[in-house]
Amino acid sequence: MRLSIPSRADVLLPALSIAVTLALWEVISRTGVISQQDLPSMSTSFRTLWSILQTGSFWTALLLTIRGWALGLGIAAVLAIPIGIALGSSDFAGAAFRVPIEFLRPIPSAALIPLLVLTLGTNIKSEVFLAAFGAFWPLLVQTMYGVRDVDPIALDTARSFGVGRLERLWRITLPSSVPYIVTGLRISSTVALILAFTAELFLGIPGLGQKVNFAQAYGLNDQLYALALAVGFLGLAIHIAFTKLERRALRWHPSQRSEAP
Amino acid sequence: MSTRTYRTLKVAAEIAVPLLLLLGWQLWTASAHSIKFPRLSTILVDFQHMWLFSQFETNVVPSLERVGLGFAIGVTAGVALGVPIGLSPVLRKLSMPHIEYWRAMPPPALLPISIILLKSIGDRQKISFIAFFCVFPVLLNTIDGVRSIDPTLIETARSYGVPRFQRIRRLVLPGALPQIMAGMRNSLALAVIMMVLAEYFSSTSGVGYVLLISKNTFQLGPMWAAIVLIGVLGYLLNLVFLLVERRVLAWHRGWRAAAE
Repeated sequence: MRLSIPSRADVLLPALSIAVTLALWEVISRTGVISQQDLPSMSTSFRTLWSILQTGSFWTALLLTIRGWALGLGIAAVLAIPIGIALGSSDFAGAAFRVPIEFLRPIPSAALIPLLVLTLGTNIKSEVFLAAFGAFWPLLVQTMYGVRDVDPIALDTARSFGVGRLERLWRITLPSSVPYIVTGLRISSTVALILAFTAELFLGIPGLGQKVNFAQAYGLNDQLYALALAVGFLGLAIHIAFTKLERRALRWHPSQRSEAP
Repeated sequence: MSTRTYRTLKVAAEIAVPLLLLLGWQLWTASAHSIKFPRLSTILVDFQHMWLFSQFETNVVPSLERVGLGFAIGVTAGVALGVPIGLSPVLRKLSMPHIEYWRAMPPPALLPISIILLKSIGDRQKISFIAFFCVFPVLLNTIDGVRSIDPTLIETARSYGVPRFQRIRRLVLPGALPQIMAGMRNSLALAVIMMVLAEYFSSTSGVGYVLLISKNTFQLGPMWAAIVLIGVLGYLLNLVFLLVERRVLAWHRGWRAAAE
C-alpha cells in the first residue's frame, strides 16, 4: 500500500498527549508545585512567545542564528564531502589520516570556545567556525563510509569498459554514496544548530543565543522559557526538513536504513 | 609494487602522518612567537604540571563523576522508556511528539532553565542536565532496535508461555542491544560536550571551569593544557566504550560472521 491514510488514532493520540502535557504544565505552575517565578505557566510562556514574535528584534535574532547555522553547515559540506571522497576512495590516504581523524573527531567542540574568543573574537567568524567544526566530522565520516561501500564490481566493470577515473567518480561513486552523505547532512545540520546557538550564548554573538543570555542575566524567566520554546521549534523545523530530504534521497534505496544518531 | 611493500608503506604512513602533524604544530608555534599559540612543548609541560596529578583530584575527578553519573542515569532511563515504547504502538503514538521535540532542542538553550529549576550550579544540576540529554540517542535507538526484532520470535515465545518479564530479558533486550550500544556511544560523546558546556557556563570546579578561569586570567598555557585534556578525555572515553562494546557484542559479531 503506497498511500497510507492516517487513522484516527494516529492523529488523536499524539494530540491528546500534547494537550495533557500542556495542561499538566499549567497546573504544576498555577498550583505552586513549582513556583510561577521558577516555572512560568504554560499560558504565560506561550503569551510571552506570542508577544516576542511581534517584535522585530526576535526575527533579526532568528535570522542571525539561521545565518550562522547555514554558513557553518555550508562550509562543513564544502570541505567534508570532497575530503571524505578522497580519503574514502584511497586506501592509503585513509590509513595515513586514520589516527588524526580518530583523535580530532571525539574532541568536544565546546573546548574551543575560549580559544575562539582570543583568536577570531566574539563575532560571526567564531560562530561559523564552531558550527563548521562540529558539522564537519559526522559528514566526513559518513562520506568516507559511503565511498567505501560502493559496489566494487560496478567500479571494476566500468574500469574494464575503459570508463575514465573522473567519470567513474561522477557516475558510480557519487550516486551510490549519496544516501550516506544525506544522512551525514541530517546529523550535521542538528550539530551545526547546537554550536551556532552555543557560540551566541557563550560569546554574546547576536542571535537567539544572545537573547537567552540577556534574559538570564536580567532574570526575565518568562522570556527565558518563551525563547527556549522558540529554539526548540527551530530545531524541530530543521530536523523535519532534513529528514524529508533524506527520505527523498533514499526513495530508490531498497533497505529502510536504521536510525543514525 | 608488491603487496607487502604497499602494506609496510601504509603502516608507516599511519604512524608518520600524526607525528608529522605534531612536529608541524611544534615548529609553527615555535616560529610564530604568538602569545595565543604557545609552543606545543610548553603546553605539554603545563599539561604535566596541572593534570599529572596536582589538579587531577580537584578538577578532573568531579568532571568524570558528572559525566559518568549523568551518562548512567540517561542510559538507564532511555532503555527503560524505550523498551515499552518500542513494544507498544499506542505508547509510541503518545510519546513521539515529545521525543521529536526534545531530541531537536539544542541543549544549551536549557542550561539557564536547569539552573533556575534545580536552584543549583553544583553536581545536582550538572548531572541532571547531562542525564536529560543523554536519554534521547539511547531512547530513539532502543525504540528502533526493539521494533526491528522479528515479531515471529516474540510470538513464538509468547505461545510457549514465556512470561513477559522473561521475554523482555532474554529476547527483546539482547535483540535490541547492538542498536542500544550505538545509541550509548552517541550519548557518551554528547555527555562530554555537555559537561564542558555546563561547567563553562557556571561552576566552581571541573575541567570546564579551569578552561574558563585560565582564559579569563590570560593563562594561555594552562588554557591550552585544558583543551588538550578535554580532547584526550573525549578520545579515551570513546576508546574504552569501543572495547566494552566489542566484549558485550562479541556474540553478535560471531553470529553475523557465521551468517555471511
